Amino acid sequence: MYKKIRVLVGKPGLDGHDRGAKVVAAALRDAGMEVVYTGLHQTCESVVEAAIQEDVDVIGLSILSGAHMTIFPKVLKLLKAKKASGVLVIGGGIIPAEDMKKLQKAGVRKLFGPGTPTSEIVGWIELNVHKPKKKGTKKRGRPKKASKKRRK
Amino acid sequence: MKKEEWKKKLATCKERDSKFTTVSGLPVKVLYTPDDISDTDYARDVGFPGAFPYVRGVYTNMYRGRLWTMRQFSGFGSPKDTNKRYKYLLRHGQTGLSVAFDFPTLYGRDSDDPVARGEVGKCGVAVDSLRDMEIIFNAIPLESISTSMTINPPAAMLLAMYIVVGEKQGVPANILTGTIQNDMLKEYQAQKTWIYPPEPSMKIITDTVEYCSEHVPKWNTISISGYHIREAGATATQELAFTLKNGFTYVEHGIRAGLSVDKFAPRLSFFFNSHLDFFEEIAKYRAARRIWARVMREKYNAEDPRSYVMRFHTQTAGCTLTAQQPENNIMRTAYQALSAVLGGTQSLHTNSMDETYALPTEQAVKLALRTQQLLACETGVANTIDPLGGSYYVEALTNELEKGAHKYFERIDKLGGVIPAIEKGFFQKEISRSAYQYQKALEKHEKFHVGVNIFEDDQKPKIEILSISREVERKQIQGLKRIKKERNNRRVKESLKLLRKAAVDGENLMPRIIDCVREYTTIGEMCNTLKEEFGIYHEPIIF
Repeated sequence: MYKKIRVLVGKPGLDGHDRGAKVVAAALRDAGMEVVYTGLHQTCESVVEAAIQEDVDVIGLSILSGAHMTIFPKVLKLLKAKKASGVLVIGGGIIPAEDMKKLQKAGVRKLFGPGTPTSEIVGWIELNVHKPKKKGTKKRGRPKKASKKRRK
Repeated sequence: MKKEEWKKKLATCKERDSKFTTVSGLPVKVLYTPDDISDTDYARDVGFPGAFPYVRGVYTNMYRGRLWTMRQFSGFGSPKDTNKRYKYLLRHGQTGLSVAFDFPTLYGRDSDDPVARGEVGKCGVAVDSLRDMEIIFNAIPLESISTSMTINPPAAMLLAMYIVVGEKQGVPANILTGTIQNDMLKEYQAQKTWIYPPEPSMKIITDTVEYCSEHVPKWNTISISGYHIREAGATATQELAFTLKNGFTYVEHGIRAGLSVDKFAPRLSFFFNSHLDFFEEIAKYRAARRIWARVMREKYNAEDPRSYVMRFHTQTAGCTLTAQQPENNIMRTAYQALSAVLGGTQSLHTNSMDETYALPTEQAVKLALRTQQLLACETGVANTIDPLGGSYYVEALTNELEKGAHKYFERIDKLGGVIPAIEKGFFQKEISRSAYQYQKALEKHEKFHVGVNIFEDDQKPKIEILSISREVERKQIQGLKRIKKERNNRRVKESLKLLRKAAVDGENLMPRIIDCVREYTTIGEMCNTLKEEFGIYHEPIIF
């Protein structure tokens, strides 16, 4: 048996459009994943810190403000600095195709555009989290009692 | 044919679906007849346009006299870029302005604030000080155009800047026309742009209402907005109910501050969404007018008809636009615009086809504006008032939406009113539940979205996208530095000190904010000062 997949759904930056993030969070939860939703107005630092503290497998960021070319690279950089590059970074929002390509090249694993069924996101996460990982890319072992704070 | 006979025949007919509902989930009958509106009394419940209860429209001859204002919400990049776009829109026949600010401005942060990195000029225009507003409205005569500004926590500051820009153009405040959104309640519920907690926010709003009633009498002081509530996922009934309840809450705060209702209520305006379900939307606008008129007159004792007439702006629903087959958005928007017009809107924004990717290009926004012009000039729909009035379906749906709204009013009252309900997460939960239900209905193919879950194709969209250069951020910060060097910093400090004192003493903040603005004090400096006195808001996290 696999452990429950743990996902952090984050709203970094000033963008307040949280409909998509909340719908995705609810769908992932209904699909049996452990979901940590950060709430709004997070900094990249607070997202990465929460992801490490909660020992998540996936960080999903929702950005509709146009700041994606600043925020995604910063989150990737911070994860690398914390030696947590094994966490899969995915996202969605208002992101032009060209920017999607650039971001996926830079290390964002997957970007989902508007209209994506939540089942597709669930499927992608299940497939990719359970893929065998390269050695040393993800620290295993989870704190015995994960904090339940902010989790619904 | 007798009804019974028809019903018998109907029972033998097969239907193409097992359930027919509006996009919001209200059941839709196969046919509506006079029986469905047998309780409706024309004179009492519908009446004439420009007369109580205003179901058929707020003006006596509606669009026969004057068409709705065509007002495209617009703003991006630097103040100079935005000024150029406004002139372009005006040249192509737009009749009002509507300013979109970038996120840092919406949150009262200056462009050089660390949290503003990557956001400057991105989803609206960056404004730090009066200098930016001078550029945005350069060579646009404020005496002859009305301007709407989508701004909430720092609304008082942007209004102050507009007043001072007017002064510099030689236009006195008492002839300025326009709107500030200034609706914080829906921010806590849906749009989520906030600075201070609800009580001080309500105080600032009441200050602007009071100030304008004396000094800027033609200004719409609050644009009570259902748009964002709907975009966040609410149903039509929730949009209607929450928006009107917020409106009544502002009225109660005004009365509590000692203002007479007829002194400020005439300047309250509304802002609704125009979503997919054509008739449901029309019924929503009609119900909104009736609820406002009745409650304002009966509960809040408004005597001036202008206090209970609901004027509103409409925007087609951004959340219904699709990234797939973006050209379809042109048609989608056109139907939504038609329902807004048949619903009697006072002004309208039509979305552009490319907005699921970025802010619109010139070409896309022109097409969106043309959609309105086509409606106005070609279709004939503006030639008679409320042409759907008397439709058994539309009248029945109007009644049903009104009933649904009253049920919500009762629930909110039981929670202690709008602000306690926000603090308990009531609206947030209701809205996210509706959003999730709708998403599930799409995935189960109970509801359809063309290009997304029906008639999909693999063709990659080939449309031009507007991109905003990173240079904008760098230049905006440079400009801010320059302003801070050139202005009289001693006077800036003094103006902020007086602003703080007014906040501590509970005085009306508007005159002090205007003084700050004149000295080129920045929005960030003003908001940070007030933050220290009023504190900041933290949302209960719910999904």
